[in-house]
Amino acid sequence: MSEDFEIEIPPTFEHLAMVRSVLSSALEAEPILKEERLQDLRLALSEATTNAIEAHNRLGTTAPVGIRITVADSKVTVRVSDQGGGFDPSKLKKHPPVTDPERLEYERGLGVTLMRRLTDDCSITPTKTGTTVTLVVHR
Amino acid sequence: MATAPRLRQHVLTVTSRNPEGLVLDLDRVDFIDSTGLGVMVGAAKRMRMIEGAFRIVCSQKHLNELFRITRLDEVFDLYETLEEALASVPGVDGATRSDNPEGAAQ
Repeated sequence: MSEDFEIEIPPTFEHLAMVRSVLSSALEAEPILKEERLQDLRLALSEATTNAIEAHNRLGTTAPVGIRITVADSKVTVRVSDQGGGFDPSKLKKHPPVTDPERLEYERGLGVTLMRRLTDDCSITPTKTGTTVTLVVHR
Repeated sequence: MATAPRLRQHVLTVTSRNPEGLVLDLDRVDFIDSTGLGVMVGAAKRMRMIEGAFRIVCSQKHLNELFRITRLDEVFDLYETLEEALASVPGVDGATRSDNPEGAAQ
């Protein structure tokens, strides 16, 4: 048994809080995650959606960003699909070591790290028009 | 993300006055994303440039976990309480407090 929740949002940052609320509401109906893991997934979803919105803004497209939340007995899967032209996560700039003063030159680039560390599985898949990020947290 | 630009602007305003120290109190903050963390990295950089102290107050387990997994706990000076953070700033015997919603104090 699983239940799907699907929304589309305009590519603006004002909608991020609503996206997080939709996830919380979906899990209220089916509370299979502990509060701490729900917070992790909320942040990971927020990061994926932020990246999607930024990709749309770079391209200048007003096409919506798609979000699907699937709540199953043993896990929650979230897919964020954009039409922002795609990106290669392997080409992300690596941060210098934390002991290097140069580390402070890097204000960006933590989003993918957070998505990977806060979920049980995180995949970033190129599509014809953009990218789909899939985030999974197990019960 | 929504409040990060305001926090960034506030940090710029405060650091332009060359303060002895900047203390960011996160105890009333319930959500931080990578953009917010990036603003804190920027604040640390600006305070280092003017040779001021930069302290973060954070007693929330979830936020401390974010600092740990991004290894920013090794970059920032983190404190459990505002009093401890203020007391650690050299040469400061008092502090003015901002009513900024992000909880910055200087």
